Amino acid sequence: MSKDIIDYAVEVEDLTVAYDAKPVLWEIDLKIPKGQLMAVVGPNGAGKTTLMKAMLGLLTPVTGAVRFMDKESKDIRFMKKHIGYVPQSGSVDWDFPATVFDVVLMGCYGKLGWIRRPRKADIELTYTVLKKVGMEDYALRQISQLSGGQQQRVFLARALAQEAEIYFMDEPFKGVDVQTEKAIILLLKEIKEQGKTVVVVHHDLQTVPDYFDWVTLINLRVVASGPVEEVFHEDNLQKTYKSTKTLLGSEV
Amino acid sequence: MSPQFEIQLIAVIVAVACSLPGVFLVLRKMSMMSDSITHTILLGIVLGFFMTHNLSSPILILGAALMGVITVWLTETLSRTRLLAEDAAIGIVFPLLFSIAIILITRYAGSVHLDTDSVLLGELAFAPFDRMIIGGVDIGAKAIYTTGILLLINVTAIIVFFKELEISAFDPILSALLGFSPALIHYGLMTCVSLTTVGAFQAVGSILVVAFMIGPPITAYLLTDSLKYMLLLSALIGAANAILGYQAAAFFDVSIAGSMAVMTGLTFLLVFIFAPHHGFVSTLRRRNQLKLEFAKMTFLFHIYNQEGNERNDCKASVDEIQTHSH
Repeated sequence: MSKDIIDYAVEVEDLTVAYDAKPVLWEIDLKIPKGQLMAVVGPNGAGKTTLMKAMLGLLTPVTGAVRFMDKESKDIRFMKKHIGYVPQSGSVDWDFPATVFDVVLMGCYGKLGWIRRPRKADIELTYTVLKKVGMEDYALRQISQLSGGQQQRVFLARALAQEAEIYFMDEPFKGVDVQTEKAIILLLKEIKEQGKTVVVVHHDLQTVPDYFDWVTLINLRVVASGPVEEVFHEDNLQKTYKSTKTLLGSEV
Repeated sequence: MSPQFEIQLIAVIVAVACSLPGVFLVLRKMSMMSDSITHTILLGIVLGFFMTHNLSSPILILGAALMGVITVWLTETLSRTRLLAEDAAIGIVFPLLFSIAIILITRYAGSVHLDTDSVLLGELAFAPFDRMIIGGVDIGAKAIYTTGILLLINVTAIIVFFKELEISAFDPILSALLGFSPALIHYGLMTCVSLTTVGAFQAVGSILVVAFMIGPPITAYLLTDSLKYMLLLSALIGAANAILGYQAAAFFDVSIAGSMAVMTGLTFLLVFIFAPHHGFVSTLRRRNQLKLEFAKMTFLFHIYNQEGNERNDCKASVDEIQTHSH
C-alpha cells in the first residue's frame, strides 16, 4: 500500500484537548484512511474516548481542527449527521421507557431533522437493520430486559440506521460474549466492504491483528498510526503502555 | 356550570397540563427541580409586581417564567463547577430565591394581596369566583381559560417535539450529534415547566403543582414500558387523582388541594405495591419463585451427588436431608 494514493476520511490536525486546564490529549495529528477498519488502542486514561468525542465535535478543543474529507460535502454540520455513533453501553439509562424498536428508530432522526416524524421508509429501515444484527425478534422488547451483548447489538443497529459514511464505536466488545463479538466483527467487516470507514476504541490487544487493518496507538499523544502489520509491534506497544513487559505474549 | 363542576374541571386541566412535562422531568431525573421552580417563581412574580404595580399584568407571568429558567440555570451552573452535587445546588438556590421573595413581600408589599399561604396552598375553592366575562356574558371561570391555554401549549409542544424530547432525554450525546441541541431542548422544556407552574399555581397552589407534576409520571412509569403510553397514562392518572381528590375533599369537608395531593400519593402507593411487572408484590413473588427454583435445583443436585455413594442408605435418611439442605 503506497501512502500517497490513500484517500483519507478524517484528518485531525494539532488537536489539544484539556479538562480544566489539565491536558488529556496533546497535539494529536492523525489521518484516518477511508474504507478501513481502524482500532484506537491505548491504556486507561490515554484519552481514547476523549479523542472520539473531539472528532465528533462534542468537545471544544483548546487548539486544532478535525476535518472530514468527503468529496460531496465538506460541511461539518452535514457530516455530523452522517457519522454513525456507538457509545459505551453504560452511557444511557436502560430503564428508560422504550422498546428496542424505539431506540433503533432514533438512528433515523438525524436525516429527518426537527419536527418531521419518522415515515414508512424509516420504519422499514429500522426492521432491516434489526434483522442485520439478529435482533428482529426483540423489536418490541423493553430495553431493560436486554443482556449486555443485546444492548451492544441494539446500539450497532441504531448506528446502521444512521446510514453513515464513518462509524465511531466506543468499546463495542465490552461485556459481550465470544459469539456476539464474532457477530459484531463480521458486521464491521461488512460495513468496511461497502467502502465505509470504521473507527473502534478497542482494549483487547490480542485480537487487533485479526480484527483490524489499521491501528492508532495513543497515550495522550499519538505513539504510532498506520497499517497493523507496520505499526503494531512490541516496540510501539511498550512505548504506548510505558511497560517493559512483553504485552503480546507469544502471539507475535 | 356549577361551581363544583368548574372546580373539578380546572383541577383536571391543571393535572393533565402538569403531568405532561412532568414525565420528562422524571425521566431526566430532575423531579426536585420542579419543587424548586414552583417556589422560586414567586420572586419573579414579586419583581414583576414592583415593576407594574398591577397583580393581573402579564409581566408577572413573564417574570415568573423567566425566574424559573434562571433557577434551572443557576442550579446547573453551580453543579457544573463539580464542587457540589446537583441536589445540593437545588438546596442552595431554591431557599435563597424563595426567601428573597418572602422578604420583599413582607417588607414592601404587606398591604397588597400577595399572600404567601395562598401561593403555597392555593385555593381551588375560590377559583370559580373569578369570572371570564366577554361582552357582558359570563362564559365560565377565568381559571378554566388560563389553564386551558396552558394545557393546549403543553400538548402541542409535546406532540410537535416528541421525537426531540425523547432522544435528548435518552441519549443526549447522540441527540447533539444528530443536530438536536440538548441544551436548547432542555431550556425549552424548562420554559414549558416554568410557564405551567406559573399558570397552574395561581389556581391550585405550588404544593399541588409539584404533586401533579411528579406523582402521575412516576406512577405511570411503573405501569408501562413505552414513552407514549407513559405520557397518556400519567395524564389519565393525574385527571383521576384530581376528581377523586375533590370527591374525597367534599365528603370529608377538608382542603381540596390537600386532598388531591394525598390522592396522588395513594394512587402511587397502590400502583407501587400492585403493579403487574414493576410492582413490589410481583417483584417479591418473582424473587421468591427464583429462590424456590434455586432450592429445588440445589436439592436435586445434592441427591444426584449422593447417588452411588457407599453410605447411600444413611445419607438418604430423613434427618440427613434436614441437615444437608441447610
